[in-house]
Amino acid sequence: MNALVGLFSTVAIAAGIVFFVAGTTGLLRFPDALTRLHALTKADNLGLGLIVLGLLPLSGSLGAALKLVVIWALVQFAGATVAQMIGALAAGEHPPSGGRRRR
Amino acid sequence: MAEALTLAAIAVLAAVAVGLVRVLRGPSRLDRMMAVQLLGSGGVAVLALLAVASATEAILDVALTLALLAAFASVALARALGQARADGEEAGR
Amino acid sequence: MTALVLDGGIALLTIGIAAWTIRAGDDFAAVVGFIAYGLVLTLAWTRLGAYDVALTEAAIGGGATGVILMRAGARVKPAPASRPSRLARIIVGALSAAVAAGLAAVVLLPPQPAPSLALDVREHLASTGLGNPIGGVLMAYRAADTFLETVVVLLALFGVWSLGRDAHWGGRPGPAPRPGIGGPLPLFARILVPAGIVIGIYIVWVGADAPGGKFQGATILAAMAILAGMAGLVAAPATSGRRLRWLLAAGPIVFVGIGLAGIPLAGAFLAYPPGFEKPLILVIEVALTVSLAAMLALIVAGPPERSP
Repeated sequence: MNALVGLFSTVAIAAGIVFFVAGTTGLLRFPDALTRLHALTKADNLGLGLIVLGLLPLSGSLGAALKLVVIWALVQFAGATVAQMIGALAAGEHPPSGGRRRR
Repeated sequence: MAEALTLAAIAVLAAVAVGLVRVLRGPSRLDRMMAVQLLGSGGVAVLALLAVASATEAILDVALTLALLAAFASVALARALGQARADGEEAGR
Repeated sequence: MTALVLDGGIALLTIGIAAWTIRAGDDFAAVVGFIAYGLVLTLAWTRLGAYDVALTEAAIGGGATGVILMRAGARVKPAPASRPSRLARIIVGALSAAVAAGLAAVVLLPPQPAPSLALDVREHLASTGLGNPIGGVLMAYRAADTFLETVVVLLALFGVWSLGRDAHWGGRPGPAPRPGIGGPLPLFARILVPAGIVIGIYIVWVGADAPGGKFQGATILAAMAILAGMAGLVAAPATSGRRLRWLLAAGPIVFVGIGLAGIPLAGAFLAYPPGFEKPLILVIEVALTVSLAAMLALIVAGPPERSP
Protein backbone atom coordinates (compact mmCIF):
# COMPACT_ATOMS: atom_id res chain seq x y z
CA MET A 1 0.00 0.00 0.00
CA ASN A 2 1.06 3.52 -0.69
CA ALA A 3 2.70 4.92 2.44
CA LEU A 4 1.05 8.29 1.95
CA VAL A 5 -2.43 6.70 1.79
CA GLY A 6 -1.62 4.74 4.93
CA LEU A 7 -0.56 7.91 6.72
CA PHE A 8 -3.73 9.72 5.60
CA SER A 9 -5.93 6.90 6.87
CA THR A 10 -4.10 6.68 10.18
CA VAL A 11 -4.38 10.42 10.80
CA ALA A 12 -8.05 10.58 9.81
CA ILE A 13 -9.07 7.57 11.92
CA ALA A 14 -7.06 8.79 14.89
CA ALA A 15 -8.73 12.19 14.61
CA GLY A 16 -12.11 10.45 14.43
CA ILE A 17 -11.36 8.60 17.67
CA VAL A 18 -10.39 11.90 19.29
CA PHE A 19 -13.80 13.31 18.40
CA PHE A 20 -15.57 10.26 19.82
CA VAL A 21 -13.61 10.69 23.07
CA ALA A 22 -14.42 14.41 23.04
CA GLY A 23 -18.10 13.66 22.49
CA THR A 24 -18.17 11.27 25.43
CA THR A 25 -16.28 13.70 27.64
CA GLY A 26 -18.73 16.46 26.78
CA LEU A 27 -21.70 14.19 27.35
CA LEU A 28 -20.41 13.40 30.82
CA ARG A 29 -19.01 16.75 31.88
CA PHE A 30 -21.22 19.46 30.36
CA PRO A 31 -23.76 20.95 32.76
CA ASP A 32 -27.12 20.66 30.96
CA ALA A 33 -28.92 18.91 28.14
CA LEU A 34 -28.39 21.61 25.51
CA THR A 35 -24.63 21.78 25.98
CA ARG A 36 -24.41 17.99 26.10
CA LEU A 37 -26.26 17.93 22.79
CA HIS A 38 -23.53 20.15 21.39
CA ALA A 39 -20.92 17.58 22.42
CA LEU A 40 -22.92 14.70 21.00
CA THR A 41 -23.24 16.17 17.52
CA LYS A 42 -19.46 16.55 17.32
CA ALA A 43 -18.97 12.84 17.85
CA ASP A 44 -21.78 11.93 15.44
CA ASN A 45 -20.67 14.17 12.61
CA LEU A 46 -16.92 14.48 12.84
CA GLY A 47 -16.04 11.27 14.68
CA LEU A 48 -17.80 8.92 12.30
CA GLY A 49 -17.10 11.21 9.33
CA LEU A 50 -13.34 11.18 9.85
CA ILE A 51 -13.27 7.42 10.46
CA VAL A 52 -15.22 6.82 7.24
CA LEU A 53 -12.90 9.20 5.40
CA GLY A 54 -9.89 7.27 6.67
CA LEU A 55 -11.44 3.93 5.72
CA LEU A 56 -12.34 4.97 2.16
CA PRO A 57 -8.91 4.33 0.60
CA LEU A 58 -8.66 1.00 2.46
CA SER A 59 -12.12 -0.25 1.54
CA GLY A 60 -10.92 -2.25 -1.45
CA SER A 61 -13.86 -1.81 -3.82
CA LEU A 62 -15.96 1.01 -5.15
CA GLY A 63 -19.11 -0.66 -3.83
CA ALA A 64 -17.73 -0.85 -0.29
CA ALA A 65 -16.59 2.78 -0.45
CA LEU A 66 -20.03 3.83 -1.64
CA LYS A 67 -21.66 1.93 1.24
CA LEU A 68 -19.34 3.68 3.72
CA VAL A 69 -20.38 7.07 2.37
CA VAL A 70 -24.09 6.13 2.52
CA ILE A 71 -23.65 4.93 6.12
CA TRP A 72 -22.04 8.22 7.07
CA ALA A 73 -24.74 10.23 5.29
CA LEU A 74 -27.48 8.28 7.09
CA VAL A 75 -25.96 8.84 10.53
CA GLN A 76 -25.27 12.48 9.72
CA PHE A 77 -28.81 13.10 8.55
CA ALA A 78 -30.39 11.28 11.47
CA GLY A 79 -28.07 13.06 13.89
CA ALA A 80 -29.09 16.45 12.56
CA THR A 81 -32.80 15.60 12.82
CA VAL A 82 -32.60 14.12 16.30
CA ALA A 83 -30.46 17.06 17.45
CA GLN A 84 -33.24 19.41 16.31
CA MET A 85 -35.89 17.38 18.10
CA ILE A 86 -33.88 17.00 21.30
CA GLY A 87 -32.95 20.68 21.14
CA ALA A 88 -36.59 21.70 20.92
CA LEU A 89 -37.48 19.44 23.85
CA ALA A 90 -34.53 20.66 25.94
CA ALA A 91 -35.36 24.30 25.18
CA GLY A 92 -38.91 23.60 26.33
CA GLU A 93 -37.48 22.25 29.54
CA HIS A 94 -35.27 25.24 30.33
CA PRO A 95 -36.60 28.30 28.52
CA PRO A 96 -33.85 30.90 28.06
CA SER A 97 -35.99 33.45 29.87
CA GLY A 98 -36.02 31.20 32.88
CA GLY A 99 -32.85 32.82 34.12
CA ARG A 100 -30.88 29.62 34.10
CA ARG A 101 -27.22 30.38 33.71
CA ARG A 102 -25.60 28.58 30.86
CA ARG A 103 -21.93 28.41 30.11
CA MET B 1 -3.26 -2.67 9.09
CA ALA B 2 -6.00 -5.05 10.28
CA GLU B 3 -4.50 -5.02 13.76
CA ALA B 4 -4.41 -1.22 13.85
CA LEU B 5 -8.02 -1.00 12.69
CA THR B 6 -9.11 -3.44 15.41
CA LEU B 7 -7.28 -1.25 17.93
CA ALA B 8 -9.15 1.76 16.59
CA ALA B 9 -12.43 -0.17 16.99
CA ILE B 10 -11.54 -0.89 20.63
CA ALA B 11 -10.81 2.81 21.21
CA VAL B 12 -14.16 3.91 19.75
CA LEU B 13 -16.06 1.22 21.66
CA ALA B 14 -14.35 2.21 24.92
CA ALA B 15 -15.17 5.88 24.32
CA VAL B 16 -18.89 5.31 23.72
CA ALA B 17 -19.08 2.71 26.51
CA VAL B 18 -17.92 5.36 28.97
CA GLY B 19 -20.62 7.63 27.55
CA LEU B 20 -23.17 5.02 28.63
CA VAL B 21 -22.75 6.34 32.15
CA ARG B 22 -25.21 9.01 30.95
CA VAL B 23 -27.79 6.31 30.28
CA LEU B 24 -27.26 5.14 33.84
CA ARG B 25 -27.25 8.51 35.53
CA GLY B 26 -29.64 10.44 33.30
CA PRO B 27 -30.86 12.60 34.96
CA SER B 28 -33.35 13.46 32.23
CA ARG B 29 -34.74 11.23 29.52
CA LEU B 30 -33.05 13.42 26.95
CA ASP B 31 -29.65 12.58 28.44
CA ARG B 32 -30.35 8.87 28.25
CA MET B 33 -31.43 9.27 24.63
CA MET B 34 -28.29 11.17 23.71
CA ALA B 35 -26.07 8.52 25.26
CA VAL B 36 -27.79 5.73 23.34
CA GLN B 37 -27.48 7.76 20.15
CA LEU B 38 -23.76 8.12 20.76
CA LEU B 39 -23.60 4.35 21.25
CA GLY B 40 -25.37 3.93 17.92
CA SER B 41 -22.92 6.14 16.03
CA GLY B 42 -20.02 4.46 17.81
CA GLY B 43 -21.41 1.02 17.00
CA VAL B 44 -21.65 1.96 13.33
CA ALA B 45 -18.04 3.23 13.43
CA VAL B 46 -16.87 0.00 15.11
CA LEU B 47 -18.65 -2.11 12.46
CA ALA B 48 -17.16 -0.03 9.62
CA LEU B 49 -13.66 -0.44 11.10
CA LEU B 50 -14.16 -4.20 11.55
CA ALA B 51 -15.56 -4.57 8.02
CA VAL B 52 -12.47 -3.00 6.48
CA ALA B 53 -10.12 -4.76 8.93
CA SER B 54 -11.47 -8.20 7.96
CA ALA B 55 -12.34 -7.25 4.36
CA THR B 56 -15.87 -8.61 4.94
CA GLU B 57 -18.47 -6.69 2.99
CA ALA B 58 -21.33 -8.37 4.87
CA ILE B 59 -20.33 -6.36 7.97
CA LEU B 60 -20.90 -3.18 5.97
CA ASP B 61 -24.46 -4.34 5.34
CA VAL B 62 -24.86 -4.81 9.09
CA ALA B 63 -23.52 -1.27 9.63
CA LEU B 64 -25.89 0.07 6.98
CA THR B 65 -28.88 -1.59 8.64
CA LEU B 66 -27.79 -0.42 12.08
CA ALA B 67 -27.35 3.17 10.85
CA LEU B 68 -30.84 3.14 9.35
CA LEU B 69 -32.65 1.50 12.26
CA ALA B 70 -30.75 3.40 14.97
CA ALA B 71 -31.84 6.61 13.24
CA PHE B 72 -35.39 5.31 13.21
CA ALA B 73 -35.28 4.39 16.90
CA SER B 74 -33.80 7.75 17.94
CA VAL B 75 -36.42 9.70 16.01
CA ALA B 76 -39.21 7.51 17.38
CA LEU B 77 -37.98 8.05 20.97
CA ALA B 78 -37.72 11.81 20.45
CA ARG B 79 -41.22 11.87 19.00
CA ALA B 80 -42.58 9.79 21.86
CA LEU B 81 -41.06 12.26 24.33
CA GLY B 82 -42.50 15.19 22.41
CA GLN B 83 -45.95 13.61 22.42
CA ALA B 84 -45.76 12.83 26.10
CA ARG B 85 -44.86 16.48 26.64
CA ALA B 86 -47.76 17.61 24.45
CA ASP B 87 -50.10 15.40 26.48
CA GLY B 88 -49.11 17.41 29.49
CA GLU B 89 -47.15 14.66 31.10
CA GLU B 90 -44.04 15.64 32.98
CA ALA B 91 -41.44 14.20 30.64
CA GLY B 92 -38.33 15.76 32.08
CA ARG B 93 -37.66 12.91 34.44
CA MET C 1 -4.52 -10.06 21.68
CA THR C 2 -6.42 -7.05 20.33
CA ALA C 3 -9.19 -9.39 19.20
CA LEU C 4 -9.39 -10.80 22.72
CA VAL C 5 -9.64 -7.32 24.25
CA LEU C 6 -12.38 -6.34 21.79
CA ASP C 7 -14.39 -9.52 22.39
CA GLY C 8 -13.94 -9.27 26.14
CA GLY C 9 -15.07 -5.65 26.08
CA ILE C 10 -18.17 -6.47 24.05
CA ALA C 11 -19.01 -9.35 26.40
CA LEU C 12 -18.65 -7.18 29.52
CA LEU C 13 -20.69 -4.41 27.93
CA THR C 14 -23.46 -6.86 26.99
CA ILE C 15 -23.74 -8.25 30.50
CA GLY C 16 -23.48 -4.81 32.09
CA ILE C 17 -26.20 -3.26 29.95
CA ALA C 18 -28.44 -6.31 30.40
CA ALA C 19 -28.10 -6.13 34.18
CA TRP C 20 -28.77 -2.41 34.24
CA THR C 21 -31.82 -2.73 31.95
CA ILE C 22 -33.37 -5.29 34.30
CA ARG C 23 -32.82 -2.99 37.27
CA ALA C 24 -33.92 0.22 35.52
CA GLY C 25 -36.69 1.89 37.44
CA ASP C 26 -38.81 3.53 34.77
CA ASP C 27 -40.15 2.41 31.39
CA PHE C 28 -38.27 4.89 29.29
CA ALA C 29 -34.91 4.11 30.88
CA ALA C 30 -35.51 0.39 30.42
CA VAL C 31 -36.42 0.84 26.74
CA VAL C 32 -33.30 2.94 26.15
CA GLY C 33 -31.26 0.27 27.92
CA PHE C 34 -32.83 -2.41 25.74
CA ILE C 35 -31.95 -0.50 22.56
CA ALA C 36 -28.36 -0.15 23.78
CA TYR C 37 -28.38 -3.90 24.51
CA GLY C 38 -29.51 -4.60 20.92
CA LEU C 39 -26.71 -2.42 19.58
CA VAL C 40 -24.06 -4.26 21.58
CA LEU C 41 -25.52 -7.66 20.66
CA THR C 42 -25.18 -6.68 17.00
CA LEU C 43 -21.46 -6.19 17.61
CA ALA C 44 -21.27 -9.52 19.43
CA TRP C 45 -22.92 -11.48 16.60
CA THR C 46 -20.66 -9.73 14.10
CA ARG C 47 -17.59 -10.79 16.08
CA LEU C 48 -18.92 -14.37 16.10
CA GLY C 49 -19.13 -14.26 12.31
CA ALA C 50 -22.91 -14.74 12.38
CA TYR C 51 -23.65 -11.85 10.02
CA ASP C 52 -27.20 -12.99 9.30
CA VAL C 53 -28.01 -12.89 13.00
CA ALA C 54 -26.20 -9.56 13.40
CA LEU C 55 -28.35 -8.09 10.63
CA THR C 56 -31.50 -9.35 12.32
CA GLU C 57 -30.38 -7.96 15.66
CA ALA C 58 -29.54 -4.59 14.10
CA ALA C 59 -32.94 -4.39 12.44
CA ILE C 60 -35.18 -5.93 15.10
CA GLY C 61 -33.28 -5.61 18.39
CA GLY C 62 -31.86 -2.15 17.89
CA GLY C 63 -34.75 -0.46 16.17
CA ALA C 64 -38.11 -2.13 15.90
CA THR C 65 -38.33 -3.77 19.33
CA GLY C 66 -37.41 -0.53 21.06
CA VAL C 67 -40.29 1.24 19.37
CA ILE C 68 -42.72 -1.62 20.07
CA LEU C 69 -41.73 -1.61 23.76
CA MET C 70 -42.02 2.18 23.88
CA ARG C 71 -45.57 2.07 22.50
CA ALA C 72 -46.51 -0.84 24.74
CA GLY C 73 -45.18 1.04 27.76
CA ALA C 74 -47.24 4.09 26.83
CA ARG C 75 -50.42 1.97 26.60
CA VAL C 76 -50.02 0.05 29.82
CA LYS C 77 -51.13 1.92 32.92
CA PRO C 78 -48.31 2.20 35.41
CA ALA C 79 -48.67 -0.74 37.77
CA PRO C 80 -48.42 -0.17 41.50
CA ALA C 81 -44.94 -1.05 42.69
CA SER C 82 -45.21 -4.57 44.00
CA ARG C 83 -42.53 -6.94 45.07
CA PRO C 84 -43.10 -10.64 44.43
CA SER C 85 -43.08 -12.82 47.53
CA ARG C 86 -39.87 -14.34 48.79
CA LEU C 87 -40.91 -17.83 47.67
CA ALA C 88 -41.74 -16.62 44.14
CA ARG C 89 -38.38 -14.90 43.88
CA ILE C 90 -36.54 -18.04 45.03
CA ILE C 91 -38.42 -20.19 42.48
CA VAL C 92 -37.76 -17.71 39.65
CA GLY C 93 -34.10 -17.48 40.65
CA ALA C 94 -33.74 -21.27 40.71
CA LEU C 95 -35.41 -21.66 37.31
CA SER C 96 -33.20 -18.95 35.79
CA ALA C 97 -30.11 -20.58 37.23
CA ALA C 98 -31.21 -23.94 35.82
CA VAL C 99 -31.65 -22.43 32.35
CA ALA C 100 -28.26 -20.73 32.56
CA ALA C 101 -26.62 -23.97 33.72
CA GLY C 102 -28.30 -25.91 30.93
CA LEU C 103 -27.11 -23.45 28.31
CA ALA C 104 -23.61 -23.47 29.77
CA ALA C 105 -23.57 -27.29 29.64
CA VAL C 106 -24.66 -27.27 25.99
CA VAL C 107 -21.94 -24.77 25.09
CA LEU C 108 -19.15 -26.25 27.21
CA LEU C 109 -19.84 -29.98 26.79
CA PRO C 110 -20.77 -30.58 23.15
CA PRO C 111 -21.06 -34.23 22.07
CA GLN C 112 -17.94 -35.44 20.24
CA PRO C 113 -18.08 -35.27 17.32
CA ALA C 114 -20.72 -32.57 17.19
CA PRO C 115 -23.77 -33.74 15.23
CA SER C 116 -23.87 -31.45 12.22
CA LEU C 117 -25.52 -31.43 8.83
CA ALA C 118 -23.47 -28.42 7.76
CA LEU C 119 -21.28 -30.43 5.36
CA ASP C 120 -24.28 -32.09 3.71
CA VAL C 121 -25.97 -28.71 3.33
CA ARG C 122 -22.89 -27.13 1.81
CA GLU C 123 -22.53 -30.01 -0.63
CA HIS C 124 -26.08 -29.68 -1.92
CA LEU C 125 -26.38 -25.90 -1.71
CA ALA C 126 -25.77 -25.53 -5.43
CA SER C 127 -28.98 -27.44 -6.18
CA THR C 128 -31.04 -24.69 -4.51
CA GLY C 129 -29.50 -22.06 -6.77
CA LEU C 130 -28.66 -19.92 -3.73
CA GLY C 131 -25.20 -18.86 -2.57
CA ASN C 132 -26.11 -18.06 1.04
CA PRO C 133 -26.25 -21.30 3.07
CA ILE C 134 -28.62 -19.71 5.58
CA GLY C 135 -31.04 -18.69 2.86
CA GLY C 136 -30.73 -22.19 1.39
CA VAL C 137 -31.55 -23.86 4.69
CA LEU C 138 -34.45 -21.51 5.43
CA MET C 139 -36.06 -21.83 2.01
CA ALA C 140 -35.19 -25.41 1.01
CA TYR C 141 -34.45 -27.68 3.98
CA ARG C 142 -36.54 -25.88 6.56
CA ALA C 143 -39.22 -24.41 4.33
CA ALA C 144 -42.02 -25.64 6.62
CA ASP C 145 -40.41 -23.83 9.58
CA THR C 146 -40.06 -20.63 7.61
CA PHE C 147 -43.70 -20.87 6.54
CA LEU C 148 -44.89 -21.38 10.10
CA GLU C 149 -42.75 -18.48 11.33
CA THR C 150 -44.59 -16.21 8.94
CA VAL C 151 -47.92 -17.53 10.14
CA VAL C 152 -46.87 -16.88 13.74
CA VAL C 153 -46.27 -13.21 12.89
CA LEU C 154 -49.73 -13.08 11.29
CA LEU C 155 -51.27 -14.65 14.40
CA ALA C 156 -49.46 -12.07 16.54
CA LEU C 157 -51.10 -9.36 14.44
CA PHE C 158 -54.53 -10.96 14.99
CA GLY C 159 -53.72 -10.98 18.69
CA VAL C 160 -52.94 -7.27 18.60
CA TRP C 161 -56.12 -6.52 16.65
CA SER C 162 -58.23 -8.52 19.08
CA LEU C 163 -57.21 -6.10 21.85
CA GLY C 164 -59.33 -3.37 20.26
CA ARG C 165 -62.92 -2.66 21.31
CA ASP C 166 -65.71 -4.41 19.41
CA ALA C 167 -66.95 -1.09 18.06
CA HIS C 168 -63.56 -0.40 16.53
CA TRP C 169 -63.12 -3.79 14.82
CA GLY C 170 -61.87 -3.22 11.30
CA GLY C 171 -61.09 0.43 12.04
CA ARG C 172 -57.87 2.36 11.84
CA PRO C 173 -55.14 1.76 14.44
CA GLY C 174 -53.90 4.51 16.72
CA PRO C 175 -55.38 7.86 17.64
CA ALA C 176 -56.44 10.28 14.91
CA PRO C 177 -53.41 12.11 13.52
CA ARG C 178 -52.85 15.54 14.99
CA PRO C 179 -52.76 18.28 12.42
CA GLY C 180 -49.58 20.22 11.87
CA ILE C 181 -46.73 17.94 12.80
CA GLY C 182 -44.00 20.52 12.63
CA GLY C 183 -40.26 20.51 13.00
CA PRO C 184 -37.79 18.48 11.02
CA LEU C 185 -39.69 15.19 11.14
CA PRO C 186 -41.68 15.45 7.86
CA LEU C 187 -38.57 16.45 5.90
CA PHE C 188 -36.58 13.68 7.59
CA ALA C 189 -39.20 11.10 6.63
CA ARG C 190 -39.46 12.37 3.05
CA ILE C 191 -35.74 11.80 2.54
CA LEU C 192 -35.11 8.76 4.73
CA VAL C 193 -38.10 6.65 3.68
CA PRO C 194 -37.13 6.36 -0.03
CA ALA C 195 -33.51 5.64 0.93
CA GLY C 196 -34.66 3.08 3.49
CA ILE C 197 -36.92 1.33 0.98
CA VAL C 198 -33.97 0.95 -1.41
CA ILE C 199 -31.80 -0.42 1.41
CA GLY C 200 -34.58 -2.80 2.52
CA ILE C 201 -34.97 -4.21 -1.00
CA TYR C 202 -31.19 -4.49 -1.27
CA ILE C 203 -31.01 -6.51 1.96
CA VAL C 204 -33.71 -8.90 0.67
CA TRP C 205 -32.00 -9.21 -2.71
CA VAL C 206 -28.49 -9.76 -1.36
CA GLY C 207 -29.92 -12.44 0.95
CA ALA C 208 -29.81 -15.00 -1.87
CA ASP C 209 -26.02 -15.01 -1.96
CA ALA C 210 -24.82 -13.20 1.17
CA PRO C 211 -26.13 -12.45 4.68
CA GLY C 212 -29.52 -10.77 4.46
CA GLY C 213 -33.01 -11.86 3.60
CA LYS C 214 -36.70 -11.32 3.90
CA PHE C 215 -37.07 -10.97 7.66
CA GLN C 216 -34.38 -8.31 7.94
CA GLY C 217 -35.50 -6.52 4.77
CA ALA C 218 -39.15 -6.63 5.83
CA THR C 219 -38.25 -5.11 9.20
CA ILE C 220 -36.50 -2.23 7.46
CA LEU C 221 -39.50 -1.68 5.17
CA ALA C 222 -41.87 -1.82 8.13
CA ALA C 223 -39.75 0.74 10.00
CA MET C 224 -39.97 3.06 7.02
CA ALA C 225 -43.76 2.68 6.91
CA ILE C 226 -43.95 3.50 10.63
CA LEU C 227 -41.68 6.51 10.13
CA ALA C 228 -43.89 7.82 7.32
CA GLY C 229 -46.85 7.39 9.66
CA MET C 230 -45.13 9.22 12.54
CA ALA C 231 -44.32 12.13 10.25
CA GLY C 232 -47.94 12.32 9.11
CA LEU C 233 -47.08 11.49 5.50
CA VAL C 234 -49.39 8.47 5.38
CA ALA C 235 -52.45 7.61 7.42
CA ALA C 236 -52.81 4.21 9.06
CA PRO C 237 -55.05 2.06 6.81
CA ALA C 238 -58.37 0.66 7.99
CA THR C 239 -57.70 -2.90 9.16
CA SER C 240 -60.80 -4.13 7.34
CA GLY C 241 -59.50 -2.88 3.97
CA ARG C 242 -59.67 -5.56 1.31
CA ARG C 243 -56.37 -4.54 -0.26
CA LEU C 244 -54.65 -4.60 3.10
CA ARG C 245 -55.99 -8.07 3.88
CA TRP C 246 -54.70 -9.36 0.53
CA LEU C 247 -51.32 -7.76 1.21
CA LEU C 248 -51.12 -9.62 4.54
CA ALA C 249 -52.23 -12.91 3.04
CA ALA C 250 -50.17 -12.77 -0.15
CA GLY C 251 -46.98 -14.23 1.34
CA PRO C 252 -48.53 -17.24 3.11
CA ILE C 253 -50.86 -17.93 0.13
CA VAL C 254 -48.01 -17.88 -2.40
CA PHE C 255 -45.91 -20.07 -0.10
CA VAL C 256 -48.70 -22.63 0.42
CA GLY C 257 -49.64 -22.53 -3.27
CA ILE C 258 -46.12 -23.29 -4.44
CA GLY C 259 -45.77 -25.82 -1.61
CA LEU C 260 -48.93 -27.71 -2.66
CA ALA C 261 -47.88 -27.58 -6.30
CA GLY C 262 -44.73 -29.38 -5.16
CA ILE C 263 -46.75 -32.52 -4.29
CA PRO C 264 -47.62 -33.47 -7.89
CA LEU C 265 -44.60 -31.76 -9.50
CA ALA C 266 -41.74 -32.70 -7.16
CA GLY C 267 -43.18 -35.46 -5.00
CA ALA C 268 -43.48 -33.66 -1.65
CA PHE C 269 -45.13 -30.69 0.06
CA LEU C 270 -42.87 -27.64 -0.22
CA ALA C 271 -40.49 -29.45 -2.59
CA TYR C 272 -39.41 -27.47 -5.63
CA PRO C 273 -39.32 -29.07 -9.09
CA PRO C 274 -35.68 -29.44 -10.21
CA GLY C 275 -34.45 -26.55 -12.30
CA PHE C 276 -37.03 -24.10 -10.91
CA GLU C 277 -35.66 -23.80 -7.36
CA LYS C 278 -34.18 -20.34 -7.62
CA PRO C 279 -37.05 -18.55 -9.40
CA LEU C 280 -39.65 -20.18 -7.13
CA ILE C 281 -37.70 -19.31 -3.99
CA LEU C 282 -37.38 -15.75 -5.27
CA VAL C 283 -41.15 -15.46 -5.86
CA ILE C 284 -41.84 -16.75 -2.34
CA GLU C 285 -39.25 -14.41 -0.83
CA VAL C 286 -40.72 -11.35 -2.53
CA ALA C 287 -44.29 -12.23 -1.52
CA LEU C 288 -43.22 -12.99 2.06
CA THR C 289 -41.26 -9.73 2.30
CA VAL C 290 -44.28 -7.65 1.32
CA SER C 291 -46.59 -9.49 3.71
CA LEU C 292 -44.10 -9.51 6.61
CA ALA C 293 -43.43 -5.79 6.22
CA ALA C 294 -47.18 -5.08 6.36
CA MET C 295 -47.63 -7.39 9.38
CA LEU C 296 -44.76 -5.85 11.36
CA ALA C 297 -45.83 -2.28 10.62
CA LEU C 298 -49.42 -3.06 11.70
CA ILE C 299 -48.26 -4.80 14.88
CA VAL C 300 -46.42 -1.61 15.85
CA ALA C 301 -49.42 0.52 14.82
CA GLY C 302 -51.45 -1.35 17.43
CA PRO C 303 -55.10 -2.37 17.76
CA PRO C 304 -57.80 -0.41 15.91
CA GLU C 305 -58.88 2.57 17.99
CA ARG C 306 -61.26 4.35 15.64
CA SER C 307 -64.52 3.12 14.15
CA PRO C 308 -64.21 1.91 10.57
